[in-house]
Amino acid sequence: MPEFIQIMISGLSAGSIYALAAVGFTLLWQASQTINFAQGEFVMLPAFFVLALMNLAGFPLWLAIAAAIALSVLLLGMVFKKLIVEPMLSHGTLPLVIATIALGLLLKEAVKEFYSPLGQPFPSLFPQDVFTIAGASISIPDIANFAIAMGTIIALQLFLQRTRTGRCMQATAQNPDVAQILGVDIKRMVLYTFLINGALAAIASVLITPIYLAKFSNGEVLGVVAFTAAIVGGFNQIRGALVGGLLIGVIDNLSATYFSAEYRQAVPLVLLIVIILVRPQGLLGTAEGRTV
Amino acid sequence: MLKKLLLSATLSALIGTASAYADSVKLADVAELSGAGAAAGAVWHDGVKLAVEEINADGGILGKQIDLVAYDSQTDPQNSRAMVQKAIDEGTYVLLGTVYSSSTVVNMLVAMQNGVPQITGSESPTITAKGNPYIFRTAFGAQKGLPKLGTYLKRVVGAEDIAVVWANTEYGKGGHDAFLDVAEKLGLNIVLDIPTEQAQVDFAADVAKIKSSDADAVFIYLTEEESARFLIEAHKQNLELPMAGDTVLASQKVIDLAGEAANGALGHVGLTTEAPIPAIQQMAAKFQEEYGYGADHNAIKGYIGVYMVKYVTEMIGEFDRQKFADALHNLCLDVASHPGILMDVCWDNAGEMSRDSFLVEVVDGAQKITAVLPAN
Repeated sequence: MPEFIQIMISGLSAGSIYALAAVGFTLLWQASQTINFAQGEFVMLPAFFVLALMNLAGFPLWLAIAAAIALSVLLLGMVFKKLIVEPMLSHGTLPLVIATIALGLLLKEAVKEFYSPLGQPFPSLFPQDVFTIAGASISIPDIANFAIAMGTIIALQLFLQRTRTGRCMQATAQNPDVAQILGVDIKRMVLYTFLINGALAAIASVLITPIYLAKFSNGEVLGVVAFTAAIVGGFNQIRGALVGGLLIGVIDNLSATYFSAEYRQAVPLVLLIVIILVRPQGLLGTAEGRTV
Repeated sequence: MLKKLLLSATLSALIGTASAYADSVKLADVAELSGAGAAAGAVWHDGVKLAVEEINADGGILGKQIDLVAYDSQTDPQNSRAMVQKAIDEGTYVLLGTVYSSSTVVNMLVAMQNGVPQITGSESPTITAKGNPYIFRTAFGAQKGLPKLGTYLKRVVGAEDIAVVWANTEYGKGGHDAFLDVAEKLGLNIVLDIPTEQAQVDFAADVAKIKSSDADAVFIYLTEEESARFLIEAHKQNLELPMAGDTVLASQKVIDLAGEAANGALGHVGLTTEAPIPAIQQMAAKFQEEYGYGADHNAIKGYIGVYMVKYVTEMIGEFDRQKFADALHNLCLDVASHPGILMDVCWDNAGEMSRDSFLVEVVDGAQKITAVLPAN
């Protein structure tokens, strides 16, 4: 039993961070039909912003994190939208997908070239204290990661549902033509979505990197996990991405513990295939049709 | 007049180029400069560069400057094979690298077919068990180090039931199989056997399994970054069992990455900058000054590899690959007359090496040597 509790807590902690990245995926899809295959690299990069600001500019950790989030909002949000999404979107979804794959490669190789190909230690944001509940060791970082990730997603959901701007963003996602007729500045709403995705990626980055270490290749794992989580949960629902992220985190750990450590990476992908075959809209997603 | 000037300028350039080639010897370093193995390969390569700079500043080898060329294997066995072929086609005298055993076991066949001596940083037992007359180690294989570690776990730590965590790669399988042999001979029980993937990032499930097992010690055979991630997770889950590994677990790179989570890790290391050996400490200080970070066993291996080329070539008196390989078999070099080798060392007929080694414990973020063990 202690082992099961331990696995569940570790899985939920990791899964909540995956959910942050997955929510970003779904937001971009809903707002602009952008499937961002550079999302893993978007999560990898902010950790290097933090390290560069600390090591090269002498920033303290808290200031480096704040600056990294701001930089991510600017570069991974606004610049990404202006330089890549806007020029490519009119050519259809596929060229944009290819462009984001290329962007992911560029970001990965740039970090390798200009920072380091080696894994880098990343400071933990929380005390390393451990306490015991029902025989399972619960660490402060696990609890804090879960609380911050879930808090961020809940705050986002509240923002989207309870504020005028949030409702305009939802209206833009659901039907941009009608939203525009009703006076919504849809370009601005789409831009907000990209900015939010940049912030979500940065938060996920500073939470996961103390465990994964900062490395240029981290995006490979995180991108696949975020994509899988978004598909499993439902590509057009934030709550679907949340459930998908948590589910992948827990299933990954459970399968490594009780099924096979060697095939742990395959299990979430098997789940992905089953979901696509049985319920293509995802666990919590809604079926939708689009004109092509 | 103009024609004469152009002709003489062209001739001078040609003579200059030819003389530059004649005065240098090409040495290829095929290493993991990117990919999952960069933590090992990039440090190895810096060790190689340091030795090359020293040797060139001291007049080179038999009067020729070393022309070092780096090739990035990208930690991909097939790419490493292509890079080794490229290095041979481009005329390398001796091959340095690779560090990852899963690459070396593939690319060493190319070097063997071309009769090019290869000096590797790999430690998998299989490397020197294949009868390749051109492969030579810079650190002994796991099969030589693990009996010392197994004995330490049984006699000093008092462990009987061991959990084994290993990388499911050529390197990891070699260490895993060698440790299981040792455990059987020593009467140690393997109560948990956990293979992990290369570049694995999440070790929560693995640590949880060990915590709920009956193990009273953990043997860890992973590469640098995975070792650090494992130690971080073990620290997070408050795993209080003794954790021991061969070479990598208690290496400086792992300590740098894992921070305080590395404290308490036990290791058997063939090479360490903490060794009470002045030559190693001087090399480590120079490395720190040159590259701005601490050397580890991989840096020392790369450094020694270049000096192997220098000493053996000077011994045979010419740049002859076959004579080089023949001379290095069953050779012993003492540090008094070969200071670049850093420690007295011998190679056997298979290219395997023997020298003293160390048992270490990580204390307050640094290796502390607890015993010096004789060569076996």
